[in-house]
Amino acid sequence: MTKAVQGEREPAVRIAGLRVVRGKREVLHGLRFDVKRGEVTGLLGPSGGGKTTLMRALVGVQAKVTGTVEVLGLPAGSPELRHRIGYVTQAPAVYTDLTVRENLTYFAAVVGAPAGDVERVLTSVDLQAYAGTRVDQLSGGQRSRVSLATALLGSPELLVLDEPTVGLDPVLRRDLWSMFHRLADAGCTLLVSSHVMDEATRCDRLLLIRDGDLVADDTEAGLLAVTGAADVEQAFLAIVEPPGEVAP
Amino acid sequence: MNPRILSATTRRVLTQLRHDPRTIALLLLAPTGIMALLDWIFASSPGVFDHWGPLLLGIFPLIIMFLVTSVATLRERSGGTLERLLALPVGKLDFLLGYGIAFGLAATVQAAVVGAVAFGLLGMDITGPVLAVVLVAVLVAVLGSSMGLLLSAFARTEFQAVQFMPALIIPQLLLCGLLGDRSMLPRFLELVGDVLPLTYAVDAMRVLQASTTLTSTFWRDIAVVAAFIVAILVLGAATLQRRTP
Repeated sequence: MTKAVQGEREPAVRIAGLRVVRGKREVLHGLRFDVKRGEVTGLLGPSGGGKTTLMRALVGVQAKVTGTVEVLGLPAGSPELRHRIGYVTQAPAVYTDLTVRENLTYFAAVVGAPAGDVERVLTSVDLQAYAGTRVDQLSGGQRSRVSLATALLGSPELLVLDEPTVGLDPVLRRDLWSMFHRLADAGCTLLVSSHVMDEATRCDRLLLIRDGDLVADDTEAGLLAVTGAADVEQAFLAIVEPPGEVAP
Repeated sequence: MNPRILSATTRRVLTQLRHDPRTIALLLLAPTGIMALLDWIFASSPGVFDHWGPLLLGIFPLIIMFLVTSVATLRERSGGTLERLLALPVGKLDFLLGYGIAFGLAATVQAAVVGAVAFGLLGMDITGPVLAVVLVAVLVAVLGSSMGLLLSAFARTEFQAVQFMPALIIPQLLLCGLLGDRSMLPRFLELVGDVLPLTYAVDAMRVLQASTTLTSTFWRDIAVVAAFIVAILVLGAATLQRRTP
């Protein structure tokens, strides 16, 4: 077996005993899971449950992390990973006083993206018409697409997207999800968080997280079969409030 | 440090500045206007403008670049772009020097415009070479930028960042020898002045006012200010943490 084939088989992300302390509070309590390569994994759960902290630990920008966090075969935060991961924060992290194209040109230079990559990602997020517009003149949804576009530059192997579809219209949301799947088909691994449970149907695999614990790690079909629920929202409720413990 | 990322960062900061014509106008017109005002105030007292003008020309950039840089980098820290950059292959020096070079270039333009007006139109006179005056002004501007970069780490809001100006710059103005001979100061304050970078910038400007040649004292002063800039940038790099709580 060649080394390349072994590389294909090892998970994109391997996490074991992950604990994170913020301030005096432990916000992730010993998580263990893998993220398979070439899949769209959904990180679902209510706001405040630790999704963003988990993503930050993966990207290597979170302090006070203990346990094993391996990304693309390397410890999270390794300098070699910085041009192999695309990370989109929940609040758009782009320069509002620059135009869309100026932002993309800058980030393209930072990651060393090939010529033509700026036009490619502009098309991916459907912002060609706004290339010359300053970001502070765009709507919230357009700004988050600019932020997403910057992360697509240089075609990273792993995309970590924190709530990328919040506030977008349904047509665009559908288009973005189909783009996520096209990227996954091309070999990219995506970890996408959402607090909207109905986005679960769009993911290959689901991680449900609540109050810093991983409460489920399954496919949508598997989750529905185990819980006998009609949809992921019901399945989530069935897991966190098993029958008999439901509040009166 | 990576030359491609450093030059892209410099260009990006300059593009942001270019998109803000009002700031450019203030950078150029405010000091020029103040020079003209100073000239007018001392119209009937010959020699006074020649005394204060060059000193002011050397000090403006400290205040202006300190404010501009501290607010700009505070925005990067609070807007999430700094965190984003540090998760990418951006080195801390790429970030710090990118700002330093961009605002250094802006300061060069500022010193050239203000100098041209003061020496050309207003007839300000100095014994030493005019280009050396511009050199001091640019160095002081980069000093202001590096202080702004460092101090922005200790401010949560733009309100706080602006407050650092009176807190840190004005005491330096009082102790740097601008107001008079530093040997007249109480011994303790004179010693404090010895470890403030602006003291050496003002001293360099005084050399230019007194001598036609660039003396060894002038070059020592320039070297000390440059060393302060490097030290402050190193401290600034320490405040850029890739992992944050």
